[in-house]
Amino acid sequence: MIELTINKKLYHLDVDPEMPLLWVIRDIVGLTGTKFGCGVAQCGACTIHLNGESVRSCVTRAGRAHQQEILTIEGLSAANEHPLQQAWLHFDVPQCGYCQSGQMMSAARLLKEIPQPTDKDIDDAMSGNLCRCGTYQRIKKAIHYAAELQLKGSVTTLNHSDTNKKRNENIDKARSPEEKRALRISAYNGGAGNLSDEDQSVTSGLKSLTSSNIQEGVQHG
Amino acid sequence: MDNISRRSFLKSGALLGGGLMISFAVPARVRGLLPDVAEAAENFIPNAFLEIGTDNSIKVLLAHSEMGQGIWTSLPMIIADELDADWKDITVAHAPAAPAYKHTLFGIQITGGSSTTFSEFDRYRTAGAAARAIFLAAGAKKLGVPLAEVRTEKGYVISGDKKIAYGALVQAAAGIKPPQTVQLKVPKDWQYIGKSTKRLDGAAKVNGTAVFGMDIQGEDLLIATVVHSPVIGGKVLSYDDSLAKAVPGVVSVVQLSTGVAVLATNYYASNKAKKLLKINWDSSANESFDSRKLAATYQQLVATDGLTGLKKGTAEMQNYKAWKTIEAAYSFPYLTHAPMEPLNATVKISEDGKSCEIWTGTQMPMNEQAAAAKILSIAPEQVTVHTAFLGGGFGRRATPQSDWVSEAVEIAKVSGKYIKMIWAREDDIKGQHYRPQFAHKVKVALNAQGKPEFWHHNVAGQSIYQENGFAALVKDGVDESSIEGISDSHYLPAIPNVFVGAHATKTPVTILWWRAVGHTHTAFVMETMIDQLAHAAGKDPVNYRRDLLQGSLRSLAALNLAAEKAGWGKPLPKGHFHGVAVHHSFRSHVAEIVEISFDAADNLIVHRVTCAIDCGLTINPENIKAQMESCIIFGLTMAKYGELSITNGKVDQNNFYDYKVVRMNETPIMDVHLVPYTGQPLGGVGEAGLPPLAPALANAIFQATGKRIYQLPLMNQNLKPAKL
Repeated sequence: MIELTINKKLYHLDVDPEMPLLWVIRDIVGLTGTKFGCGVAQCGACTIHLNGESVRSCVTRAGRAHQQEILTIEGLSAANEHPLQQAWLHFDVPQCGYCQSGQMMSAARLLKEIPQPTDKDIDDAMSGNLCRCGTYQRIKKAIHYAAELQLKGSVTTLNHSDTNKKRNENIDKARSPEEKRALRISAYNGGAGNLSDEDQSVTSGLKSLTSSNIQEGVQHG
Repeated sequence: MDNISRRSFLKSGALLGGGLMISFAVPARVRGLLPDVAEAAENFIPNAFLEIGTDNSIKVLLAHSEMGQGIWTSLPMIIADELDADWKDITVAHAPAAPAYKHTLFGIQITGGSSTTFSEFDRYRTAGAAARAIFLAAGAKKLGVPLAEVRTEKGYVISGDKKIAYGALVQAAAGIKPPQTVQLKVPKDWQYIGKSTKRLDGAAKVNGTAVFGMDIQGEDLLIATVVHSPVIGGKVLSYDDSLAKAVPGVVSVVQLSTGVAVLATNYYASNKAKKLLKINWDSSANESFDSRKLAATYQQLVATDGLTGLKKGTAEMQNYKAWKTIEAAYSFPYLTHAPMEPLNATVKISEDGKSCEIWTGTQMPMNEQAAAAKILSIAPEQVTVHTAFLGGGFGRRATPQSDWVSEAVEIAKVSGKYIKMIWAREDDIKGQHYRPQFAHKVKVALNAQGKPEFWHHNVAGQSIYQENGFAALVKDGVDESSIEGISDSHYLPAIPNVFVGAHATKTPVTILWWRAVGHTHTAFVMETMIDQLAHAAGKDPVNYRRDLLQGSLRSLAALNLAAEKAGWGKPLPKGHFHGVAVHHSFRSHVAEIVEISFDAADNLIVHRVTCAIDCGLTINPENIKAQMESCIIFGLTMAKYGELSITNGKVDQNNFYDYKVVRMNETPIMDVHLVPYTGQPLGGVGEAGLPPLAPALANAIFQATGKRIYQLPLMNQNLKPAKL
């Protein structure tokens, strides 16, 4: 018996521990948002999060995930409110749409690790995800936009626009792009930077809205 | 065949939805596409594209399949404009397999040839207008005012300060006879056409709820995988399934005309068992077939004249004293489509065997229906085809042989089970239906002004139409799709003497249309040759083309726009080079300018592609841009990596690790511009952006390396920048 928590829901599954998670998720649990594209970790269509890390579910054994946390595209948010989903819709990214679940799960992992990624960061994180429709340019734009939404969205929710302004001023004062990015990451992670106590509360809110948005969404769903 | 009468549609609509299903007649022939000419409807045939609910919901039924190209949004835009619908009320569904949804030009139900929008523009507008006319009549009656005193706006019939929603008129409308003629709007009154509109399938495609064929689920549904012959065309002699059957979850193993299928409760078990099958194949028919040897044969063929595809002018080339003569021979490999969603189909045959349901993503629903009916010896009407979203098509899901659906139906028939057949990626790559291998040979004589006086061109390759049951489209032995882009080149008006010859070859390999079809290779030859001629004439490549395109103003406009936006002729960063190509296909005209460099390790870097398209009227401009981006990436994959080779009858490639496609880190900046609409006929956008990419890239490579490219793909050609 394998125990899996998928999108915050616990499943007790009588499956072969060798069965790849992809087929457990699709054929046994019945969540079909995660896609089969190649079966050999070449295309990324099956990307999911296992304990917050993105993995190719087509080559990840169920046994490896026993008593662990899985997040699939269905758990990203309750109603397309995740910044990536908003950004994907904003740029009309999908065409056939088949690869997009995997694209978004890879992007979600990227934004957790690097909240304000550069083009190079995106290339590095996303080149394992194929798209035959060629939506790469829009994906790249959408990831940058989602990164901005993450920053803005959290502050709007907390209604601390003044604090946001101050924090942005701090970031704007930073000299180099690297420094700016470091500050943004620091803010995102709840780090001190040059921020006041009030800012700290905002950034912790930020964190919950970005990295934990996923879990919050799942509780509704 | 046309057994769906208007009456039955009205009846079934009322029964099924509790709403009004408007059926109406539109002209059988396609009329002029000028949008400002209101057209009378006559020569009625039954059609059904709209279903309007009492809740004001407006369901638009698509006669074509959504495979990424955006018709899920653009066809509703067209119908909504004439209907005066509120966009928020629109829902969309694929139409069933039925004669009412046959292609207005091709006469079969098919999505292809980048033709959906231009072939449906009149039919969908008429559909919307006919419905609106009924609502006007129903609204006037209900409001108690003369017809002349009502108008429509965003889902309402309005008279003075009184208004009534379409949904509230559904019952009344059902009793009103559809009009014999309808008045179509003039472009200035369009609300939706021409305005960038977000995809209606977007929301479902960002949260995993969009249902592809792969995602069909059902109680007692078994998963079937298939072992196909390693050598193309091989047949099963015998097999041992003892190990396969021992895998937990495996339900049965059945022999098919195409291989052996394993049915199991899940894909993992089926796929595991599949690998444990021991099969003896009869591979004798094709085990000596080699695609590289075929290429050598083709080169010999194109040295001779094929059957005449086009002859223009009377002069004889051999008597002409050319200022210069340029000759080149080209070679192109087989290509596979490799859509992201591997082929699959779900089939449920009724217990009495007299009806069948099929769920799949297909570009040809009626074709699948007919094939299934034949296999099951039942009438086509007894086969219901549910078209799911297509996880990419590119032509692969328009298979006249109905290969994968037929296989799934055979599995269901032989096993007696309700099954979902799933091909592995390897089955897809090795599953044939390839873009044919081709060779070209071109000889061009230039006059003293450096302009082509004679163009002599031979091609060799398999005939897509001949081999796919469309022999009627083969004229005098020449398949137009083998020479399209040459025989209808936009340069023809500028070239006095032209011969285009075609050799139709036969091989054991099953071939099929592949995104942009013949233009995938013909545009490459035309545009790299023109570039070579410009070089020989000592002319700038853009200016040389401008001179030759004075009789093809739409191509010229696209070229000029691309050149302007790319900054053609202006200095580029050191080590960067531009290449240009412009091509006319699928009723559109596209120019692309590619900017490249080589990195320190001599890797080719494609920095930017500037694209300009004239597709006439732009229905959904942002989607046109998206389609150009899609074509550019597809074309870049073809140029860099596209090669499907066969050795000893076996396909050499397996999966994405050896059939490579372009990834995010290779993606250039793509800058797409639309030539403004000034009344040009409507063109297609799903393919026209592909043909110019590879030649523009090759022409840029020439600028960087001094080396001309005569075959694709580029990989393994050891390209190196010239010493600067």
